[in-house]
Parts: sequence; structure tokens; C-alpha cells
Amino acid sequence: MSTTSATPATPSVAPTPPPSQPGGAAALGRAAAAALFSLAGLRQLGVCVLIGLTLALMTGPNGKAAEPLGAVRHAILAPRIVTYLIIAAVLWLLIALWPLARPLWSMGQAAARGPVTAVAQQRFAPLGLNLALLIVAIIMPMFFSNAAVTWMVDGVGIYALLALGLNVVIGYAGMLDLGYIAFFAIGAYTTAYFTSKTAISAHFPVSLNPFFVFPIAFVLAAVAGVLLGAPTLRLRGDYLAIVTLGFGEIIQLIANNSHWTNGPRGAFGVPHLSIHLLGINYSWKLDPKPYYYLLLAIIVLVMIAFGRLERSRIGRAWAAIREDEIAAEATGVPTLRLKLLAFAIGASVSGFAGVLFASKQFFNPQIFSLQASFLVVTIVIFGGMGNRLGVVVGSVVLQGLAFYLRDKVPATDRFIYFGAVVIVMMIFRPQGIVPSRRRKREISLAEHGVGHADSLGSAPTSESGAR
Amino acid sequence: MSKHRAAGPGRAVLVPGGPGGESPAGDPGADLVVDARDLTLRFGGVTSLDGVTLRHHRGEILAVIGPNGAGKTSLFNCLTGAYKPQQGSVAFSPEPGRSHSIVGKTPHSITKLGVARTFQNIRLFPALSALENVQIGVEMRQRYGSIGAILGTPRMRREERSGVEKSIELLELVGLRHRVHELSASLPYGEQRRLEIARALGTGPKLLLLDEPAAGTNPSEKLELAELIRTIAGTGVSVLLIEHDMRLVMSVAANVTVLNFGRVIAHGTPAEVQRDPAVVEAYLGTQDDDSVGESDAPAGDLVGNGGTGRDQH
Repeated sequence: MSTTSATPATPSVAPTPPPSQPGGAAALGRAAAAALFSLAGLRQLGVCVLIGLTLALMTGPNGKAAEPLGAVRHAILAPRIVTYLIIAAVLWLLIALWPLARPLWSMGQAAARGPVTAVAQQRFAPLGLNLALLIVAIIMPMFFSNAAVTWMVDGVGIYALLALGLNVVIGYAGMLDLGYIAFFAIGAYTTAYFTSKTAISAHFPVSLNPFFVFPIAFVLAAVAGVLLGAPTLRLRGDYLAIVTLGFGEIIQLIANNSHWTNGPRGAFGVPHLSIHLLGINYSWKLDPKPYYYLLLAIIVLVMIAFGRLERSRIGRAWAAIREDEIAAEATGVPTLRLKLLAFAIGASVSGFAGVLFASKQFFNPQIFSLQASFLVVTIVIFGGMGNRLGVVVGSVVLQGLAFYLRDKVPATDRFIYFGAVVIVMMIFRPQGIVPSRRRKREISLAEHGVGHADSLGSAPTSESGAR
Repeated sequence: MSKHRAAGPGRAVLVPGGPGGESPAGDPGADLVVDARDLTLRFGGVTSLDGVTLRHHRGEILAVIGPNGAGKTSLFNCLTGAYKPQQGSVAFSPEPGRSHSIVGKTPHSITKLGVARTFQNIRLFPALSALENVQIGVEMRQRYGSIGAILGTPRMRREERSGVEKSIELLELVGLRHRVHELSASLPYGEQRRLEIARALGTGPKLLLLDEPAAGTNPSEKLELAELIRTIAGTGVSVLLIEHDMRLVMSVAANVTVLNFGRVIAHGTPAEVQRDPAVVEAYLGTQDDDSVGESDAPAGDLVGNGGTGRDQH
């Protein structure tokens, strides 16, 4: 009962103050040596060597049943280990010397560490960057093969859209949803049900154009989100994650076992998207490029919409819930309703993506596996929770990696590389590739023991804090 | 709090000075903003509130004092919906002639009725700016929804603008105008306390509950705080204050209710309460310990030291 220590140290926001400019090359050298051979530096060396060894193991030959340690022997004792040790050393130098280079890097960012800039002022700052990225995204398909563009739709684009939706749940409202892909499945099966008489056993009396299914799937997925959320959102952190995990499994099991959904055979022949409106007749066919542009347009619209949401009172209320649910409730934020809203919005985007996916290609229940849910969560965390651009970039990087690895490693091994990349990322850049400012501040505050950046974790337990 | 003190003199002393003499004095015509009757809150075998009756007149600054563990914060939590008492009723009347029963309502709907609170251990939204913290309070009364936010409707723009304006006014009121865009966690402790008050005021309360607002602040900040509390009460907001600092209580509160072991042991003006033998006993343990508890250094000064001060005696 420490009544006297009522004044906790106020933490500074900046993780470390940039070191003073070294006088010259000699001083720089001394500083570098000090950084490298300090206890922390040597520990980093250890981690880097471990990473190098892991990489060597991963890229080495597979083990055989007859010789269980064969893979280890080949990886460690073969000359190729040298390459990986060099990689480890370079990695170590980069990490250990990073603080010295930091002042140069962050010169332009110094202002961001001081007083927080008003949210309203942040609005147009990255507009130029966003436009440049959009232009790159528009011209990109012209330089890639058809197979690559197909992947840019099925792999990158769809998952970017899913990640944008899940970002509302994880990044804005701070809830961990591990069954997110279920809403994607709902969208896809809804499409099959409403647009075709033959795709799955169950069908709607009239076959609709897939475009009409967008609003239906949107609403159905949102309703499913509310139905799942209403009883479960009182749970927090890990408990919610487990319930959503179960929900994801249930939906996949139903898809796999129900005869209405055609079971494991999946849905064939869902019609492609087509427009017949005001004399315009256009059909999406097998060429992936038109799908790509449609998806791009939807992603851009969703990003704009969610950006507005984030900067509104809704977004602020989500941030409040994420940071301190009890205080938010006491400040008049209807926490349960807002969490439901986040769940419904996330789910509906997922359902939307499901329609796009289903109308493009064949699908079966395997696509809606747990692994897919985890992949979306990974993309969100990797790209930067709470940052729209971040999660899209996360999808581009991770799914790009998947495409690159496609012909290089067996499909079953692909997730090992994913895991390695994500682990390295979490060690050195836990806030993700393009972090959100709010999130970044939360993480940095949590490092100083204020607040709880890990919204995915448990409820606030600061009762034992000052007084 | 050491256990032998809790079990020892407390039980023996408290029974005569219990709430019995307190409740029948209710004049029916009084304009009460809070009328809590017979609140009983138990956690398993621990009775945290035992038949507490609290009558708070409109516009009044009422202080609730008591030793650590007396049930002050539990009482607050019952009034704000964080806890649900097993027995008793709480009527909250935001304006004369309109009364709501609060027991069983969710905290956010109670806030919406007009009860705002601060926390004993500051609970700001640390990674949001001072302005955003207050905005969240102000915006709970706004009407635009998610679709309005996405479409950027005129109403959304209007409410957004007025929300910022009102928040800045409130920051001005608590003296944080110069901190508008600063991260709330980076503010000094005393300013964080005031920011929490601004956030609570943002919700447009008729009743403001302050849970130890002076804890951990320095003497000059305490003076400012007393001034601020008076200003707030001057705008027609009733203030219910938990505070250990008796000097502050003496200077702002019109009436004081004293809790000990979950019971009301005294109620009256600060001067009356300080001379009440039951109160002195509650704080000192025994009456004839030494002469400190009498006229020149009333119980309040000991209270001002907070809990540990007493335990060391």
C-alpha cells in the first residue's frame, strides 16, 4: 500500500533520445565499438547467429526418416553455412549500429516526437505518397505475367481487402478475431447460392447478377458478425480469440459437411461479374486484369471510407476502448455497441471480398481454413495494426513473398518462411511495416509501463498502479 | 492497512455511532441530486458497503471521507454503475422533478444521464492527445453515426467542429489550453488530473464525482484545484468529492459524509464532522490515545497524511 509514491515518472514518448552528434570519425568509431561490444550488442549477435542458423536449416535439404538429424548436419556442416553466418554478421552490424544512424534518418521526423500533431492536420500529409502508390498500383499489371497478375488478384488483392476489414476489428477496436475468414466464406457461399442454380446444391429461385449479391453478402456477413459478436464481445482478449477461432472452424466444417454447400467438392461455375446497365455491357472473364482494377477501386474506396471512420468520433471511441475500456465506458462510450459495430464492419468487408472471390473462380471449403484466418491476422500485424496503408503493404509483401517462394520451396514449407519473416519483424519492428501513429505511441508507452499497447491482451489491470 | 486495527477498535466503537441516527433526518422537500438509500455491497464474505445512505443536495459540494478501505470508492462505483449493489436504491435527478433509478444501469448510460467521474488512479487514454481525450467525452452526446462519418455529411462536419470547440473551451477552463495537442501520458501528474476532470466535464454532467483529485499533487496545485472545483460547482454542477486532504475538503465542501467500514458514521459541515468523536476514533483508533485528536489539531490533519502516515504512528 504505497500511499506516498503517488507520482509515477512521466515517460517521454521517444524511445531513446538520439545520441549527440559524434565529433569525428574517431569518435564515431568508438561509439560503434561501444555499441557492438556492449552486453546488448553481444546479445544481438547471439540472436543474429541463431537467425542465420535457422535460415541455413530452412533452406537446406529436407531431413529423411532414416537420418533424423541429416538436415541439421547438412545445414550446419556444409560450406554454405558460411554464407548464412555472413548474413548474420551483416544483420548484427545493421541492428547494433542502427541507433548511431538514427539521428540522420529521423532528422525530418523530429517534430513528430514532440507535441502530437492534431489528427486533423495529419490528414493531407501522406496524400502525395498515396497518389504515387496508387499510380504504381495502376501501372503495375502491365509489367507482370498473367500468372503474376492472377496472384495479384487472388492472393494480394483479396487478402488486402480482408486485412483492411480485419484491421477495423484488430487495429481500431483492439479485439482479436481468429475466425475472420468465416465471413469471407459466408460471402462466397452467398454468391454461389444467389447467382447460380448449379454451383452448389442449394440455390435461390432466381439467379442474380453477382453485382446484386454485393449488398446481400454485405448485410448477411454483417448480421453474422453481430450474431457472433453479441454474446461473445463481453469476453476479452484471449477468450474472444478462442471463441472466434471456434466460429471459424464451425463455418468451415459446415461448408465441408453440408450437402447444400456441395461439401468438399466446392462450388463450380459461379457466373463471372458483368454489367448490363444503360447500354454499357461489360463482362469480367478469364483475364485477371479487369478483376485487378475492380479490386483496386474497391480497396481504394474502402481505405478512404475507413480513414474517415478512423478520424471521426467513432474512431476516437474505438481508440478509447482499446486503451482503457473501463475509462471509455465511464466517459459515456457505449463500448459493447461500438465493438459490435467494429465486428459488423469488419465482417461485411470480408463478405464483400467473398463475393469478388467467388465470382472470379472456383472455391472449396479448404480455402476458408484456419490457416487463411491466421494469414489475414499475420498480414494485419505485419503491415501495421491500425494503419490502412500498412495492412495493404503487409499483404503485398507477405503474399508477394508467397508468390516468390511458390516455385522455389515445397508448398508445405512456405509457412516456415512466413513464420521466420514475421518473427524477425516482431523482434525489430513490432509496430509493423507502416505503423499507425496512435499504435506506435501505445507501443512506446507500454515499453515505459504506461497503458497497455497490447490491446489483444487482457483487460486493463492498472489497479495496482500508483496508489 | 494493518488488520488488527480493522478488527480491534472499529467494531466496538462503531456500533453506537452507526447510521441509525443519520437516515431519519431526511426532509422530504429537499432538492436532492443523489438520493442513495441503504446501499449494501458485498464481495463474497466482505461487506464493502453496509446500508449506506447518501443525500446530495443540488449544486452542493459534498465530500466523502473515511480511512482507507472505508468503502468510498465502492460507493462511487455503485453510483456510476461499475458495481451493482445487492441492496438499496440510488435515485439520480439531473434536474428538479426528473429522477432516474441508477442501480443496474450500464456505466455509459449513467454517464449519459449526467453523472461523470474521475478515477483515483488516473485513467486517461494515454496515447491520445489532451484534446482527443476531452473530445471522447464531448462526442458521446453527438448523433452522427458511422455512415455519416464515412460520407462526411454536413451534420458530421458541424458536430465535429463544435466538438473540438467545446473541448478546447474545457481545456481552457482547467488551464490546459497550451497542452491541446500534447500526448496525455506526457503531461505532468497534476495536469493529468485536471485533464481527467475536463474529460468528465465534456460529457455534460449534472453530477461530477471526483475520486481523490488532489492525490499526488503539490500544494499550489491543490489551491488551483480547490478554485477549479468551486468554479465547476458555480456552473450548476453538483460535485461529490472523495478526498483525504482535509484542508481541501474544509475549503471547498459544504457538507461532509464520513464512512468507516462501509457505514456512514457522521454527516455534517466539515467543522462539525471534525469534532465528531466517532470520526476522531475512526481515524485514530482510540480516543484517549493522546491529545492530538482534540481542538488544535483535529482529525483532518492526520487524515491529510494519507494512510501510511497513520500506520506509522
